[in-house]
Amino acid sequence: MDAILLQILNGLDKGGAYALIALGLTLVFGTLGVVNFAHGALFMLGAFCAVTVNQLIGLEQVTQDPTQLTPWGTPVEIREPYIVSWLGDTGLLILEYSVPVSILAAIPVMIVIGLVMERGLIQFFYKRPHAEQILVTFGLAIVLQEIIKTLFGANPLPQTPPDALRTAADVGVMFGFEPGQIVYPWWRLVYFLFAALVIGSVFAFLQLTTFGMVVRAGMADRETVGLFGIDIQKRFTVVFGLAAVVAGLAGVMYTPILPPDYHMGMDFLVLSFVVVVVGGMGSLPGAVAAGFLLGILQSFASMTEVKSIFPGIDQIIIYLVAVVILLVRPRGLMGRKGVMEG
Amino acid sequence: MKPVKATARNDHLLFVVFAVVVLAMPIWLAPLGAGYPDLMQKFAIYGLFAMGFNILFGLTGYLSFGHAAFLGVGSYTAVWSFKLLGMNPLPAIALAVVTTGVFAWVIGYISLRRTGIYFSILTLAFAQMSYNLAYSVLTPITNGETGLRVLNDDPRILDHMVGRGEADGSLVATLFGVEMNGMPGFYFCAAFLIIGMYISIRIFRSPFGLMLRAIKTNQNRLNYTGVSTRPYALTAFVISGMYAGLAGGLLCVTDPLAGAERMQWTASGEVVLMTILGGAGTLVGPIIGAGLIKYSENIFSAFNEQTLHGIFAFLPDGIEGAVVSVAGLFVGEGWHLTLGLLFMIIVIFLPGGLIEGGKRLVDMTGRGPRGGGGGRAGDAAPQAAE
Amino acid sequence: MGILQVQNVNKSFGGLKALNNVNLDIEEGAVHAIIGPNGAGKSTLLNCFVGRLRPDTGTVKFQGRSLLGLSPHQINQAGVARVFQTPEIFTDLSLLENVTIPALAVRDGAFRINAWSRVDAQADARAQAEAMLESVGLADKRNQHAGNLSRGDKRRLELAMCLVQDPKLVLLDEPTAGMSRADTNATIDLLARMTEEHGVTKIIIEHDMHVVFSLARRVTVMAQGTPIVEGTPEEIRGDSRVQEAYLGGAHV
Repeated sequence: MDAILLQILNGLDKGGAYALIALGLTLVFGTLGVVNFAHGALFMLGAFCAVTVNQLIGLEQVTQDPTQLTPWGTPVEIREPYIVSWLGDTGLLILEYSVPVSILAAIPVMIVIGLVMERGLIQFFYKRPHAEQILVTFGLAIVLQEIIKTLFGANPLPQTPPDALRTAADVGVMFGFEPGQIVYPWWRLVYFLFAALVIGSVFAFLQLTTFGMVVRAGMADRETVGLFGIDIQKRFTVVFGLAAVVAGLAGVMYTPILPPDYHMGMDFLVLSFVVVVVGGMGSLPGAVAAGFLLGILQSFASMTEVKSIFPGIDQIIIYLVAVVILLVRPRGLMGRKGVMEG
Repeated sequence: MKPVKATARNDHLLFVVFAVVVLAMPIWLAPLGAGYPDLMQKFAIYGLFAMGFNILFGLTGYLSFGHAAFLGVGSYTAVWSFKLLGMNPLPAIALAVVTTGVFAWVIGYISLRRTGIYFSILTLAFAQMSYNLAYSVLTPITNGETGLRVLNDDPRILDHMVGRGEADGSLVATLFGVEMNGMPGFYFCAAFLIIGMYISIRIFRSPFGLMLRAIKTNQNRLNYTGVSTRPYALTAFVISGMYAGLAGGLLCVTDPLAGAERMQWTASGEVVLMTILGGAGTLVGPIIGAGLIKYSENIFSAFNEQTLHGIFAFLPDGIEGAVVSVAGLFVGEGWHLTLGLLFMIIVIFLPGGLIEGGKRLVDMTGRGPRGGGGGRAGDAAPQAAE
Repeated sequence: MGILQVQNVNKSFGGLKALNNVNLDIEEGAVHAIIGPNGAGKSTLLNCFVGRLRPDTGTVKFQGRSLLGLSPHQINQAGVARVFQTPEIFTDLSLLENVTIPALAVRDGAFRINAWSRVDAQADARAQAEAMLESVGLADKRNQHAGNLSRGDKRRLELAMCLVQDPKLVLLDEPTAGMSRADTNATIDLLARMTEEHGVTKIIIEHDMHVVFSLARRVTVMAQGTPIVEGTPEEIRGDSRVQEAYLGGAHV
């Protein structure tokens, strides 16, 4: 029982990331009708927003203290981040919470990236065949990842969560288990809650605002809504920006769990596509449900007990599930009939 | 425009010209700095890979994003043939083609139950799965990260039978006493490229090929015309997989080493690029595309700061430094950046590929300014070679 | 006994009854129109003939053989050809290729790997296709891309693609939908000529009365998923139930 609960918990953070990326993919596909292979790159760019913010606020001022001498007779160098010398303890706090603080920077950055991408490239592909959409965004994904590789190098750059969240929570105790049985890092819990919050906000936005209503109408029947006028175009641009922000935030918060590197976008994209397909192309709840479901399944598959029976199952479980789903229920778990079945 | 009619005579002519051009590669590639065997082997091998991909994508329109898996399976099979049977390339090639064919049949059987992007994602998922497996559980077969190579103490039954079991130095594929590296290796690959081209022409012009093209333009109509489309598409998928397997096998004939990175999805993307660059659905386009990509890869990867400084030495100092550092992003390690940009540029401006672009150019000059009226790149769907 | 027999066919979508106990008997050699206002279930019925939909109950028999559960290509191989509302042709291929494909489908069956011989060496299929293009008046455009044709010519081509198969039954789904008057008349002429020359059984789904009365020898009127009257065009013209079904009968 406790083992099962632990695996479910373990799957939640990864599932959250899948769900967030898949949510954006589905939004973009449903409204703009574009299959965006560069969506994973947005996740990666978000993660590197966090890296950049961390590097910027971590910039150090080097002063020499002539009163203290090293054994070699040179003055001792004192390194102090500018932010600490300016803001004192507040600076220290910001430094410590650099990952969550990055969210503030990531939102405008991702909006800009999203808008530039949509206006500069994607909009010209609305009416082109899916194959060409796939190919051009695939090219874009390579370009973005190579740029990041040039700027930040090929090695993963570990980020640290705030000290307070660096430890693990004894979650088991909350559910009445013995202490120490279900221990789960705080940050992963934070990530799950964060993902849930973002997903909730997106859904609330789509359900409660007029804007959201139009977007949902657009997903249900693009042609008809298109008849209402040019206005739709602008809204779709905003949708793309929104999807970019969601993917970016997913990336920012994921950095303490997985040290970001330039190919993380590609890795997550393939899986998120599978998630979208399993959930049902065009279904937002489907994308979210499938994201968590596959995350949890994956964590079960990585249990040693399971792996000893089916070696390597953790590597392929998601793909296997996708294949089975597509064969048994081609439109995915929650997909509407007829969407992209042709 | 007067399209060249695809008569039997013209096709024979095309084939003969193609064969001559391929065999003469060492002569005409030398002035371009590409006349050395390693690179020419790559031209031939990736030409085959793209040619096979084109039979699927160019004719039926099914966009597979997992063809690198077949390249990998072909490679592993060939190396195992070397290990078990010996360094003769012929059984290795035959086994590579057959094994890949079976593998492609299984994957195709499942993937072709869906069309459109679903098909692309399914093939991508299968390829990723194969790649992950090759890296992890299948290590006994694939030797994981290190890659699979032929060792001196491998059985190599046939080699031992003919008394060539003991080898000093590294093991090389050998046919009738000729080692399959350098120029003989190139001619070996070129022979397969020419055979592959012949088969490709036959398929393109056959009733079977016509059915495949009909699948691409209107699968629904074809079904209501009394044709069962799935077996046709599956056959095309298997043939195309076998070409990829052949290419994978040849890679190991010229260098008996197989690694999982060959199956990565960037490799699948590369063959798509080769095909559309040259022109999907045309006979020679994909081979030209493959050649151009491999040629550029070779050139661009070889550049470094030094060579760049050499090239831009004529510029004033300040500018030269800036130009070199910008250009430096695109060469050497930065080749992939160039590849990505190339990908985008081709899809945006020339989705029909170079052959299509060339035709349009001829069209425009031939018919005067009027011909270029509808110059939107996106309108031209790739069409089969006439 | 007719060539196509439909017995007790019912089909519901959710709670909506699209077809309600349909019985039909199409005589061999007839040109039979099925008419009715929008939502009468004409297209649903047609889709039950071609394997796209499966009725909830009842049977559809073609020459005594059940069509239910067969896929579209099997139904075509049995001798039923179909013309779509919007012409479905191979737009990227030449006209000649468009007509050669159905000819090959008859000769080679649903699947045959014929990858080694040349299309232009298939003399029989080639000749049939040429003759059929000649017959519909498209011979001089045989090497053009089908996508460039006018709507009316696309319809001609589609008809040629059906007739080259020498089918026993042709299903036409609103063959003049969305056409100009001139194109409509041209299509009617063509269909009339086809009836004279090929004499193949035809079922026409239509709501344009002009088309129906120009072509059909027999008419079935459907309303609310059920055939209400069957008879010759003259009988239908005078039937009060038909006028009622068409809301005052302004068209009739």
